[in-house]
Amino acid sequence: MGALNPTKPKARLANSTLLFIIAGIIFLLMYGIALLTFPVSFKQFQTFFDFFNLNAALFIVTLGMCIVMIGGGIDISVGAVCGLVTMACALLLESGAGNIWGAFFLALGIGLAFGLMHGYLIAYLEIQPFIITLAGMFLAQGLLTTLHREPLNVTRPAFVALRSYRIEIPWLGTVNRLGVFIPCEIRPGVIVVVVLVVLYAIMMKWTRFGRNLYAVGGNRQSARMLGINVKKTIFFSYVLCGLTAGISGFVFLLTTGAGNIGNGSLYEMKAIAANVMGGILLNGGVGNLLGAPIGTLTLLTINELIRAAGVQSNLQAIVSGLLLYLFIVLQSIVMALRGRRQFKLALPPWLKGQRPPGEQAAGNQG
Amino acid sequence: MQTEIILKMEGICKSFPGVRALHNVDFVLRKGEIHALMGENGAGKSTLTKILNGVYEKDAGRIMIEGRPVHFKSPQDAQNMGIGTVFQEIALCPNLTVAENMFIGRSRDVFVNWKQMNEKAAAMLRSLGIPASPTQELASCSIAVQQMIAIARAVDMDCKILILDEPTSSLDEDEVQKLFALMRELKARGVGIIFITHFLDQVYAISDRITVLRNGELIGEYLTAELPQIELVAKMMGKALSDVSAMKKQEPSKSDKRVPVFAAKELSSAAGVKPFDFTIHKGEVNGFAGLLGSGRSESVRAIFAADKITGGEVKINGKRVKIRTPLHAMKHGIGYLPEDRKSEGIIDELSVRDNIILALQVMKGFFKPLARKQAEEFANQYIKLLDIKTPSLDTPIKSLSGGNQQKVILARWLLTHPMYLILDEPTRGIDVGTKVEIQKLVLKLAADGMSLTFISSEIDEMLRVCSRLIVMKDREIVGELSGENMTEQNVMHMIAQGGK
Repeated sequence: MGALNPTKPKARLANSTLLFIIAGIIFLLMYGIALLTFPVSFKQFQTFFDFFNLNAALFIVTLGMCIVMIGGGIDISVGAVCGLVTMACALLLESGAGNIWGAFFLALGIGLAFGLMHGYLIAYLEIQPFIITLAGMFLAQGLLTTLHREPLNVTRPAFVALRSYRIEIPWLGTVNRLGVFIPCEIRPGVIVVVVLVVLYAIMMKWTRFGRNLYAVGGNRQSARMLGINVKKTIFFSYVLCGLTAGISGFVFLLTTGAGNIGNGSLYEMKAIAANVMGGILLNGGVGNLLGAPIGTLTLLTINELIRAAGVQSNLQAIVSGLLLYLFIVLQSIVMALRGRRQFKLALPPWLKGQRPPGEQAAGNQG
Repeated sequence: MQTEIILKMEGICKSFPGVRALHNVDFVLRKGEIHALMGENGAGKSTLTKILNGVYEKDAGRIMIEGRPVHFKSPQDAQNMGIGTVFQEIALCPNLTVAENMFIGRSRDVFVNWKQMNEKAAAMLRSLGIPASPTQELASCSIAVQQMIAIARAVDMDCKILILDEPTSSLDEDEVQKLFALMRELKARGVGIIFITHFLDQVYAISDRITVLRNGELIGEYLTAELPQIELVAKMMGKALSDVSAMKKQEPSKSDKRVPVFAAKELSSAAGVKPFDFTIHKGEVNGFAGLLGSGRSESVRAIFAADKITGGEVKINGKRVKIRTPLHAMKHGIGYLPEDRKSEGIIDELSVRDNIILALQVMKGFFKPLARKQAEEFANQYIKLLDIKTPSLDTPIKSLSGGNQQKVILARWLLTHPMYLILDEPTRGIDVGTKVEIQKLVLKLAADGMSLTFISSEIDEMLRVCSRLIVMKDREIVGELSGENMTEQNVMHMIAQGGK
């Protein structure tokens, strides 16, 4: 009888990998369009590095968001926490009460505090993450405006020295009109981005916590049955996200050099958008951590492309919005094609997969 | 047989809001025995096993493993004490690889050693003959393979006590035999196995002892060899068996047979079933027979337009109609009870009442809401008619047992007074008593003039209920049987020879 119902093992790309590849292709496509349309600026390597130089904080926020999204959650307080950290650190440095290390640990402390609070409320009291982190966002914004209303420039020499430090790449750069070779520059914040990307990518792929988080995001009930401590896993994902938001605040200050009420505003939304473009599903459990920086690059390329085209800023927002719609629809079509029977059926036979696993909640009694 | 007791549960009590799931239940498991836990839906089998594996906490009672009292706060605790569970609904993560699903949640190491894990998983899969590769994503495996991976996981954990909760409900005969071989192997190694199933034949094929529960209470523990099957059924149902055998099929009268209620020609859907002709007459019960995956469900889904229709013509009461979506089908008086009630039938969070009136409301349109009083009346009427066991109308359907959920869905369709009702595996995962009730109901509805299509994996059930069987093989109709010719042998014969 088994012969009638063969179940051959089939080599099939995992959903995470497929979406990651699509995200990569989309980025290359966007960058290719940019190169073709505005060859002068996009051909310079410095333009590419400036994505990182100027938006290091956004990359970092996106990484933290990516972790909670893989666990099936969301944290919309990260932008406000990032802003709060810039102001708190600026105040600390300007008042002379602390040095750079002090500011760094303050950043970590603020991020950790928000992360612990959100993690506890969401994982152990089982409150909706959206509501809790919305409250966290208001709290962080309120604290930010209470601390200081005016923009606050950090003038402490040690900090200024750190922030103007540049790493030059001697073998990569451009020759200007006068024939002088200008090497590409990398700012210190980029190093933080690279270190975090490597650390988090290793964590998600090779540590117990990372794999448990995928399991929890994929099917919370099953994860519990498999003996995973679901609450602890979710708790840590928010702690890590908060901590990452704290780091991003410090890096933001390193980039702009000033505490400001508008710092990091809407970063949570940009981070969500970037992650979606990077192939991280909002439902959780699916996505490659490296998709986060790829998605951020796509988002920035699109913004830069629109800006370079000289479109008005309100139109920029409209175009980004439309593109985001497109990506989300594209993603759900891809997922539906793979997952669901009724969609799969419309495919030619050579594209057909196997039966979907179906609903797997294990909750009936009797 | 060895008599060393490895598990003793005494005086276990557990209540859920409005339901007393277990009352003062004792259970004893010995080393190297396969112990069947039997009972109707709602008897407390699942609750008892979930207390044992740490999913629920007991209200009262004692659990002793190898003579030592234990108390589990989480599934993890139970796993650490050597209790492995394979659930009815596969409790694995579809987004992880096969190997990960076998090993996740078991190690305390900070880092994952993929290479070692994949090698161990590959060896395990090979030794159990499971056709899957360790690195493939679980979602790309068939349900049967996923089930076997869940068992492989439990086996690999060197468990002393293995709970198999309906492990065979999604497996075909061949796979069941493989599972049994595996269970015997484990038994020889001294593992105590708690086996829950609704298939009585399987209980007698493999188990050493049987414990029967009814309505959350212990009825008794018996040696399988000393308990005749008929007595077991009587103990599970708590009533005499005259009903079960006295059921008689209603032959549709000759005059009715001339009116085809539904006729399809060359109907095909995107689900990959070959174009087929199909007719059903007033008051007729017919069925699609065939093995798992032969296209039974795909055929009835095409009739209900649940999959995209790609061709063919449909006549209802002799008139040509176009049915392109399930709503069209409903408006033409066709009802469909899907096979997979978990994902396609019930809406977990909604109350019993809302689940019952759902289809009627859809037919009326959303702008003409049913009055609450009327809805309540309808719901009450069908709860009584079908004997649905629910604490109240407002109870969320997810807290009902499987059989009662199935009855709620049935009530939903009956309420719309369809002239043609399709029941796809309505008795799957349901106890004997409810099965008989549903079979009787089908015959009664047919006697009242409704046409029904009834699909079941259990051939004797279909032989009992249907007056005509359409036999399918490899997504194609290979023949039809009715009257005297309708025997198990003939169906088997047709499946074996069909298509040639």
